[in-house]
Amino acid sequence: MTADQVDPKLLEILVCPLTKGPLRYDAEARELISEQAGLAYPIRDGIPIMLVDEARKLDGGD
Amino acid sequence: MNREFEIFDRRAVRAHRDRAAAGLGGYDFLFRAAAEGLAGRLADIRRNFAAVLDLGCHDGFLADCLEPDHGAELLVQCDLSEAMAGRAPGRRVAADEELLPFAPMSFDLVISCLTLHWVNDLPGCLVQARRALKPDGLFLAVMLGGGTLRELRSALLAADTELSGGAGPRVSPFADVRDAGDLLGRAGFALPVADTAILTVSYAEPLRLLSDLRGMGEANSVAARRRSFARRGVFPRAAELYREMYADADGRVPATFEMITLTAWAPADTQPKPLARGSGEVSLTDILGAGDG
Repeated sequence: MTADQVDPKLLEILVCPLTKGPLRYDAEARELISEQAGLAYPIRDGIPIMLVDEARKLDGGD
Repeated sequence: MNREFEIFDRRAVRAHRDRAAAGLGGYDFLFRAAAEGLAGRLADIRRNFAAVLDLGCHDGFLADCLEPDHGAELLVQCDLSEAMAGRAPGRRVAADEELLPFAPMSFDLVISCLTLHWVNDLPGCLVQARRALKPDGLFLAVMLGGGTLRELRSALLAADTELSGGAGPRVSPFADVRDAGDLLGRAGFALPVADTAILTVSYAEPLRLLSDLRGMGEANSVAARRRSFARRGVFPRAAELYREMYADADGRVPATFEMITLTAWAPADTQPKPLARGSGEVSLTDILGAGDG
């Protein structure tokens, strides 16, 4: 496991902090995506950054 | 989000922690004392907690104090500050205590050491922590309470008033132990208990207390703190007044920290509950012998 991958046990219990809905793990983009909230939470050095202030807004067309 | 009525500036809390992260080891005496207190409480509870969340983990110091035989198979450490969480040894997450990113019933234990006193929405935070717990899971936290830094508060107030004819909040408002206990019950916890203990630290030099607070990442983050820099001379004058008001015979000054410990359980059918009112079958007067005394 490289430092940039998220621990699978952690992925099982993480949800979107805003909607408490499910997250989709995009390993390539290193993001956890909340479709409901329209936000992508970054993963830096293997640490999910579950802060709304740090999340990328998804395009409206999604 | 409406930030107008928020007491704490959460961005400042985060920034102070980010800045303090690398050097925290030199200033963590208060955190370690609190963490050992929590570890002691946990040791008294004869139970294994397989999945544990350390809420507001700072650099992970609490994990050092927990006994390995408590059997945590999954330790998740989260902090508002990415720089702090990044130093913790377990599975790390940057997370806001007011918006927890954890699925319901994920943990057997949520433990938190000296972080909840910076949370604006404490009721919301407690509700989310309770939901993240499995039934009969334990919430165990220590936070700073109302008596904390009372000497510093008085000295700064006096210096501010003297030098600038007014005063802004330079020391946080802290929760009261009774309110904290009520909040646990209202957040839906069972068997809530809040108790308090005073820890007094002795300083030779009052200004050293301020640098310690910065080193801990505990610098003032009150939203209404005076936006301008403190007027020249406020801190030296406050140090003089601190000494005048509080110094002991040896010239040392005390700094009070009130530690509120919160213990509560996620509700479960197996827990003891009080009987319904009026369901008693034995009259107390029969036992006590009415008119005997």
